Amino acid sequence: MINEEIFHSVRLDEEKCKGCTHCIRHCPTEAIRVKQGKARIDEERCIDCGECIRICPNHAKYAQADSLEVIKNFSCAIALPAPAFYAQFKVGISLGKMLQGLLHLGFQEVFEVARGAEILAEEINRYLKKRWIATPVISSACPAVVRLIEVRFPSLIENLLPLDSPLGVAAKLARMQAMEKGYRPEEIGVFFITPCPAKVTESRQSGDGLGSIDGAISVANIYSRLVNIVGELEEPPSLSLASFRGIGWARSGGEQDSLEEGEYMAVDGIHQVISVLEKIEMGELRNVVYCEAQACVGGCIGGVLAVQNPFIAKVGINHLLKRYTEFRPIKEEEMEEWRRKGVFERKEIYQAKEVLKLDKDFKRALEKYQMIEKLLERLPGLDCGACGSPTCRALAEDIVREKAEEVDCPFMLQEQLRALVREVHALASKVPQTMAKKEE
Amino acid sequence: MEEDKVLVEIEREIVGGDFQSAGDVSGELKKVLQQVGFPPSFNRRVVIAAYEAEMNVVIHAYRGIFATEIYEDRVHIEVDDQGPGIPDLELAFQEGYSTAPPHIREMGFGAGYGLSNMKKCSDHLEIDTRIGEGTKVVMDFFLNPEK
Ligand SMILES: Nc1ncnc2c1ncn2[C@@H]1O[C@H](COP(=O)(O)OP(=O)(O)O)[C@@H](O)[C@H]1O
Ligand code: SF4
Ligand SMILES: [Mg+2]
Repeated sequence: MINEEIFHSVRLDEEKCKGCTHCIRHCPTEAIRVKQGKARIDEERCIDCGECIRICPNHAKYAQADSLEVIKNFSCAIALPAPAFYAQFKVGISLGKMLQGLLHLGFQEVFEVARGAEILAEEINRYLKKRWIATPVISSACPAVVRLIEVRFPSLIENLLPLDSPLGVAAKLARMQAMEKGYRPEEIGVFFITPCPAKVTESRQSGDGLGSIDGAISVANIYSRLVNIVGELEEPPSLSLASFRGIGWARSGGEQDSLEEGEYMAVDGIHQVISVLEKIEMGELRNVVYCEAQACVGGCIGGVLAVQNPFIAKVGINHLLKRYTEFRPIKEEEMEEWRRKGVFERKEIYQAKEVLKLDKDFKRALEKYQMIEKLLERLPGLDCGACGSPTCRALAEDIVREKAEEVDCPFMLQEQLRALVREVHALASKVPQTMAKKEE
Repeated sequence: MEEDKVLVEIEREIVGGDFQSAGDVSGELKKVLQQVGFPPSFNRRVVIAAYEAEMNVVIHAYRGIFATEIYEDRVHIEVDDQGPGIPDLELAFQEGYSTAPPHIREMGFGAGYGLSNMKKCSDHLEIDTRIGEGTKVVMDFFLNPEK
């Protein structure tokens, strides 16, 4: 049984891992160590951002998603394509054909996450008008950024948008729609077509209520099945509901484009996100009302489970934005009903993950901090990674957490060996008292 | 009683005009507070005030020393700079008052809320300033301010 609480989509293929140290130095939460020649991912720290998948020269990291087979267990399998899905195909292919392609693969229904996004945008507009909110409000659409905040920036939890992600909203609306069509709850299966490992994890943790997501299939998987046939498919009548407002969420900047006028900003790429969050934590950017932050460069089109280069994908998205200009208005009564049914509510409230604490006990933590400082005076400060930890400081932390030893550092090992040799040398020159001659 | 012992000390230099490293010291302080396990809301106010004090040296002074002492139940910060000093403290504390030149404002700094933020975020603030010599900012943050 997989423990859903700590399920992670990002995995290691031990066979392929050569124990090089590329990934450990790139991980934004220092979640990876090399132990016994293989990378190890700390599940508590991992945020599923996919950086290690991108950086690994041996392709030993991968993102676990579901196979298409899983949809067969449901008589009403609904596909929820991510906006980034649209960006994979050649310019000129209509959204209708792409969605038709999903039906062709065996889904009975489709519900666009892009439509979920534009509905959510209306609710965000409403939220941003509230008076006592901590600004900038940080988007909750990217689960890797949400986890990053829980792990590294717990004091910014109050800034996180307390609404569900576009995926969560779409999942609930899709299920409600299917039930209105007469399907029984157990017949309905909701499947996300994902560019993103973090969203696979989000899907696994969706629970079993209205917002339940029964599987996540990668964009790359679906793309490979459709790329050669999608152009030939018939143009279906009115399958697509989404407009430029929702489609734009595929790339960085799309969220703010779908909102009413305001002071907004967008940041993408996990390392840039970190530096912006640091500024926000220090009290800057308070004049910004809403901050869109995405772990992948370019936004979700840069997700590791997508196929197309993100910059090429952006060209595709720009074409679609110009083509689908008609936004289908949403009635306030509908919004009211959805609110009542909890469509915008998050299942889980945000929670500080205190993995950076050195010890549960405050006094012990302080002692450990002092030990780290002492160790750092002796470590070489090269951050070479040979010990299997990303930096000398990280090794020192690992040592005080009893997860590593001083001699894991080759320089420390050498130093200790030298001391030993000196001792051996000194001992070798000693003679038992009975045999010793009186020194002149 | 040993309760008022300094547990961690950090002392760093700040260089006026060095905008690329600006914020590094406050960032380092944040990491320490996080690792030893002070609550996030406490860390936030320490870090905001520390950052404002650090930035004031970067923006307005020539160089300074940023010294922190972490105790079991409080954090003490002293930022001592060599710089022009502040001629009118009362005026400087007014929200929106700033002498930062336009090119600094264009970078997004110098909105004139630094000193008032420092006052809001800290539990005790003292400023000692001498025209033509420098400014010393002393701040204390208590884990349980009521006590
Ligand atoms: N360390 C300092 N040295 C000299 N002048 C300072 C210093 N700190 C603050 N000041 C003066 O006080 C004013 C207000 O400071 P502050 O509230 O931090 O706003 P800001 O830094 O945005 O200008 C500054 O514009 C500057 O004239
Ligand atoms: S930016 Fe999009 S694709 Fe990348 S991690 Fe975040 S949600 Fe996933
Ligand atoms: Mg200032």
